[in-house]
Amino acid sequence: MLKINNLHASVEDKSILKGVNLEVKPGEVHAIMGPNGSGKSTLAAVIAGKEEYEVEKGNILFEGEDIEELSAEERAHKGVFLSFQYPVEIPGVSVTNFIKTAINESRKAKGLEDMPAKDMLKLIREKADLLEIDRKFLSRSLNEGFSGGEKKRNEIFQMAMLNPKLAILDETDSGLDIDALRIVANGVNKLKSKDNAVVVITHYQRLLDHIVPDFVHVLYNGKIVKSGTKELAHELEEKGYDWIKEEVNA
Amino acid sequence: MDLKEKLLSSYLVFEDHVDIDTYVHNLRNDAIKIFEDKGFPTKKEEAWKYTSLNKILKEDYSVFPKQENAIEYNDVKKYFIHDIDSYKIVFIDGKYSSHLSQTTHDGMDICLMSAALTKPKYRLIIENYFNKAATKDSLPSLNTAFSSEGAYIHIPKNKMVEKPIQIIHFSTGNESALMLQPRNLIVVDENSHVQIIERHQSLTNSPVLTNSVTEIFTNKRAIVDYYKIQNDSLNASLIDNTFIKQKQESVASVHTFAFGGNLVRNNLNFYQHGERIDSTLKGVTIIGDKQHVDHNTLVHHIEPNCESHQDYKGIFGENSTGVFNGKIIVEKEAQKTNAFQANNNILISDKATINTKPQLEIFADDVKCSHGCTIGQLDESALFYMQSRGIPKKEAKALLMYAFSNNVLSSVKIPEMKQRITKIIANKLGVNLGFDL
Repeated sequence: MLKINNLHASVEDKSILKGVNLEVKPGEVHAIMGPNGSGKSTLAAVIAGKEEYEVEKGNILFEGEDIEELSAEERAHKGVFLSFQYPVEIPGVSVTNFIKTAINESRKAKGLEDMPAKDMLKLIREKADLLEIDRKFLSRSLNEGFSGGEKKRNEIFQMAMLNPKLAILDETDSGLDIDALRIVANGVNKLKSKDNAVVVITHYQRLLDHIVPDFVHVLYNGKIVKSGTKELAHELEEKGYDWIKEEVNA
Repeated sequence: MDLKEKLLSSYLVFEDHVDIDTYVHNLRNDAIKIFEDKGFPTKKEEAWKYTSLNKILKEDYSVFPKQENAIEYNDVKKYFIHDIDSYKIVFIDGKYSSHLSQTTHDGMDICLMSAALTKPKYRLIIENYFNKAATKDSLPSLNTAFSSEGAYIHIPKNKMVEKPIQIIHFSTGNESALMLQPRNLIVVDENSHVQIIERHQSLTNSPVLTNSVTEIFTNKRAIVDYYKIQNDSLNASLIDNTFIKQKQESVASVHTFAFGGNLVRNNLNFYQHGERIDSTLKGVTIIGDKQHVDHNTLVHHIEPNCESHQDYKGIFGENSTGVFNGKIIVEKEAQKTNAFQANNNILISDKATINTKPQLEIFADDVKCSHGCTIGQLDESALFYMQSRGIPKKEAKALLMYAFSNNVLSSVKIPEMKQRITKIIANKLGVNLGFDL
């Protein structure tokens, strides 16, 4: 589904990714861990198509297609979803109106009519229940004044609505208390299928107790320096990242 | 002959046509002298520093249209808020159109200024109110000198006017260039409530210059909601002079939706003569091309325990220029005043300009006054966020701009009006979003 080959990327002439290789197949859950500043969020943003990032070398194939020239919205229409570490506040646009617009724009791009209002409402209710989201919450301005937990739940609610093939969750666990973490993880798990894939970017192991990865990768200094199974995450939790750095620098 | 000279000589002709014994005639004579003395304002005056009238004054305007022109309702229906029942006072090239209007004298007067200025039964109101709120500045004076037609609205006490009143000025372009000077007088007595929508619409690309004066008097506990829709052709310019004199516990709001024309100058003045008065001034400006919109506001807090709320949002594209000059005066007696002012702007082009200037003159010591101006660009991280959810950049930008204007739209009390403005904004931004905010 996703194949990243020798990816080098920079922002404002500062080289951040220095040769990332990664392959994600349908049905898999991958975790990308690593110390601060290793390039985790950059990798997520580059896959999602943030314009400020320059791909200098290598490529990103999504379902066999090189997506470098595609805009962020075109990637979204193909089924790429990025859950933001810091979701943006948009005062004046309700959660409901935002997600309606997102869904109908995706449909429009595929040559489909707008989703009938009744179906939309049903879908919104179903997915809101999945994330234990109060109905009143849906008419509030998007992310405005939301708590950290509400923002992240809202991200996964949008993911549930958009039903992507590839979901990248960037630090979804940051700012979550244990209950919110459980709700969010539960939502992600229920959305998992053999046809879609999830990439979890996280600093800590605790989210991975709930969303269990098939593979764990360590990103350090712009490269994936170690890959393994979920046991690697436990090892990192226990020993920290220093031993990895030493290994790399040795 | 320049426009000033032309107007001065036209005044002599105009004088011949009107009843010289009237109370108003003396006011007109004084007013033309003021205009003769002061002339058109120039950039040398502080209040006109960022707005030059030079270019628009060069046109050879006819001051009195030569012929009466008719238009069919179906051709201009779209300029009305037509999906609601309303009173209508409609003018074509400055002349009243009975065909397009719907006036009333049933328990209130929603009719014509020309009638109010000449019929004895209105004399008392005219003497008590006419030109009592307008300032003696040159442009309002010029309007006073030529005042003969416009809307006259008098709502007696304890009356809730069920239907909004639409005042619309059409210009047909049958004159190669036309100058209009409508004069409106609106008197709302105790406990009454009225909603008014005003629009100036040129139907062709012929140059039009409108110098309008509206005086509004809100008596005790009266409520007035006034909406100005400015979405005219690129050769139409408007100088709107509005003066609102409020008595105690009255509530007045003016929403100005400035989507352009050529040059638009809004001189909006509120005077609070009583306690516990509430004044609201809100505006959305969205312009492009070489359009120019200047909001020049004044709120004069004269007595204690009053409030004022100003909120102006501006979005400027291409080579457009915007001005916001918001003056708040709090007199020494006006303790416990609560005055709020915000002016937020987004520049979506490198060549667009906004000049924004709050001016606070506070002489009382126990007041709450806040003001804030911002100038920025669209938030790139918000755009990426929306794009990552599948919303294309153009629609994402429009959504952000909508959201930006939302504070102002949310206080519009006529739903059909709000819907219309939303549509105009969507149109202006070149998108079709499937919902109202």
